[in-house]
Amino acid sequence: MLTAVPISWYLTLSAVLFALGVAGFLFRRNVITVFMSIELMLNAVNLSFVTFSYHNKTNDGHLFTFFVMVVAAAEAAVGLAIILTVFKNKGTLNIDEVDSMKN
Amino acid sequence: MQLWLIPILPLAGFLINGIFGRRFPKSLVNVVAVGSVVLSFLWVVKTLLALGSLQEPHLEHYFTWIQSGTAGDPGFLQVNCDFMVDRLTAVFLLVVTGVGSLIHIYATGYMAHEGGYYRFFAYLNLFMFFMLVLVLGASFLLLFVGWEGVGLCSYLLIGFYFDKKFATDAGNKAFIVNRIGDFGFALAMFLIFRNFHSLEFVKALPQAATATEGTLAVIGLLLMVGACGKSAQIPLYVWLPDAMAGPTPVSALIHAATMVTAGVYMTARSNVIYHHAPGAAGVIAIIGIATAFMAATIGMAQNDIKKVFAYSTVSQLGYMFVGIGSGAYGAGVWHVVTHAFFKALLFLGAGSVIHALEGEQDMRHMGGLRKKIPITFWTMCCAWVAIAGIPPFSGFYSKDAILAAAYEHSPAIYWIGVITAGITAFYVSRAMFLTFFGEPRGHHHPHESPPVMWIPLAILGILSLTGGFLFNVPEYLKEIFPPIHEVENPTLVYISVAAGVLGIAIAYLMYMVKPGMADSIAGALKAPYQLIYNKYFVDELYDATIVKPVVAGSRVVLWKGVDAGLIDGTVNGVGARSRDVGSILRLLQSGNIRSYAAWVLAGGVALILVMGFTGGLR
Repeated sequence: MLTAVPISWYLTLSAVLFALGVAGFLFRRNVITVFMSIELMLNAVNLSFVTFSYHNKTNDGHLFTFFVMVVAAAEAAVGLAIILTVFKNKGTLNIDEVDSMKN
Repeated sequence: MQLWLIPILPLAGFLINGIFGRRFPKSLVNVVAVGSVVLSFLWVVKTLLALGSLQEPHLEHYFTWIQSGTAGDPGFLQVNCDFMVDRLTAVFLLVVTGVGSLIHIYATGYMAHEGGYYRFFAYLNLFMFFMLVLVLGASFLLLFVGWEGVGLCSYLLIGFYFDKKFATDAGNKAFIVNRIGDFGFALAMFLIFRNFHSLEFVKALPQAATATEGTLAVIGLLLMVGACGKSAQIPLYVWLPDAMAGPTPVSALIHAATMVTAGVYMTARSNVIYHHAPGAAGVIAIIGIATAFMAATIGMAQNDIKKVFAYSTVSQLGYMFVGIGSGAYGAGVWHVVTHAFFKALLFLGAGSVIHALEGEQDMRHMGGLRKKIPITFWTMCCAWVAIAGIPPFSGFYSKDAILAAAYEHSPAIYWIGVITAGITAFYVSRAMFLTFFGEPRGHHHPHESPPVMWIPLAILGILSLTGGFLFNVPEYLKEIFPPIHEVENPTLVYISVAAGVLGIAIAYLMYMVKPGMADSIAGALKAPYQLIYNKYFVDELYDATIVKPVVAGSRVVLWKGVDAGLIDGTVNGVGARSRDVGSILRLLQSGNIRSYAAWVLAGGVALILVMGFTGGLR
């Protein structure tokens, strides 16, 4: 079966995806790209959940994955709405120019 | 027997007048204040008649006040709210409520034109309540409650004219000096509880015979410290002369007749302790006679009529302690009773004079008042002969009983006592001559006091004249005190009477026959005169050795050092450092989302590293 692929491969893939997400979040300035980086991080975590769930022969990881997906969907709706509003008000998608929380 | 009614009545008067008195007319305040005390007096009389000869103490239990530990344990403390009447209490009850009633009646006339009328009577009633608790309480702790309560009322009433600085200062002085005495009293109570495992008179005092003499002497001396504070003995007497800043009825009731004799009551109550600790009793006798002599000499040179009687009170209290210290407890208590009569009368008479002269207290501005205010004059004459020790008037009996016992104790004390008796007769005669005889030296238009004032004077006058042979207090109290060795020695009596007559005669010579003589003597004996005129500079001495260092220490060390330096410095320092830290941390909040994310990442990495190094990741 799948035992041919060692578990460390899955986890390494997950870590690489997560690191890509972090790097994208930190270094890209476009809000939409940042948003996609967050999704990437969430799905990297989902991958490790599923891996462990499969490895341990339990359902917990699957369960968490569903929760994360639901939260990600809700977050996508809210987050895109916020991005739309910010773009309408500021006329830009550059995240460095959105610092009104400071004042 | 419903003993609780005795103190509760004045307490009710205090509450009614204190809460509603501001809106009451003066007549209603009078009814409440005087009525409560007179009812209390009548209830005392009825109770004592019903109790009969009081061979055994009559105890009434109301409720347990304080309980701590388990019964049978040596540290078991149970203090009950119990009242007790024995013969000693009976004497004090009658004096306190009887003289108290008369002074309340008098005060309605004296205070008629004063502000704060209801407040005055509320305090006076509160004082009566605490004084009655003091004499009725069946344990040292309940006595102490009354003891502190009368001290509070004394403070409030000395400072009655609180808009005058000297009155509030005098109130503070009385309160603070009394704290020193109370400290001794409290220590004595701790020792009594430690040694006898009870604070109740009927349980603790009979065990005194079993304790060592050293223990009893320490207890006795500490109790004496308390008595010295309350009863104005050396070295704590300094508050009493200043206490005359209060209204005159207060001086008569609290600072002559009742409260200041609380020390005598307490020591007489503890007579068993002194009986088994003769050393402590000897110290009391010495302090008593020293106080009597010193205060009498000061009294010779005072010009304020109330100050003369204030020092006289200190001096007479000294006599009472000579009686206690000599083992003649009955004689000491007898002097409490007769002194309550004649000294209350002297103060009330002085109040009547002051009232007549619209506030004048300096005897140098009086004179010739004999014809103008005859009732006051004649009633004060009763007190005059009584305090001078002229037989058969009241002061003679009690003072001679004390002096006779003192002679048995120590002839030296007797002789100083006799000299003091002569000085006493001298200064009272001087006050009388300066006030009532000679030519008027003021520009006043004296008017006799109203009946509400002179009727109490007249009653006290009769009591001053007859109190000695009507009430043979030592005979009545014989059974409750240790027996004393009585010797009939008529010579002693003749000597002390002669001293009294001599004192009057010298005063007559100096102030009536040759009015200029007093001044020339004072001029010739300049140094001694200045010494007693300035009260031996005791106030100045205390001021320099105690008050100033304490104030300076408080100011420099406690205020500027500890409070401003240490406590304020700590609090302000904590605040300032918080601001410093905050001003640095504030830089983190840039508003830049990516920098926040970088911090989160850095935090996460740091966390993982820490966990990795501590082995938490396995």
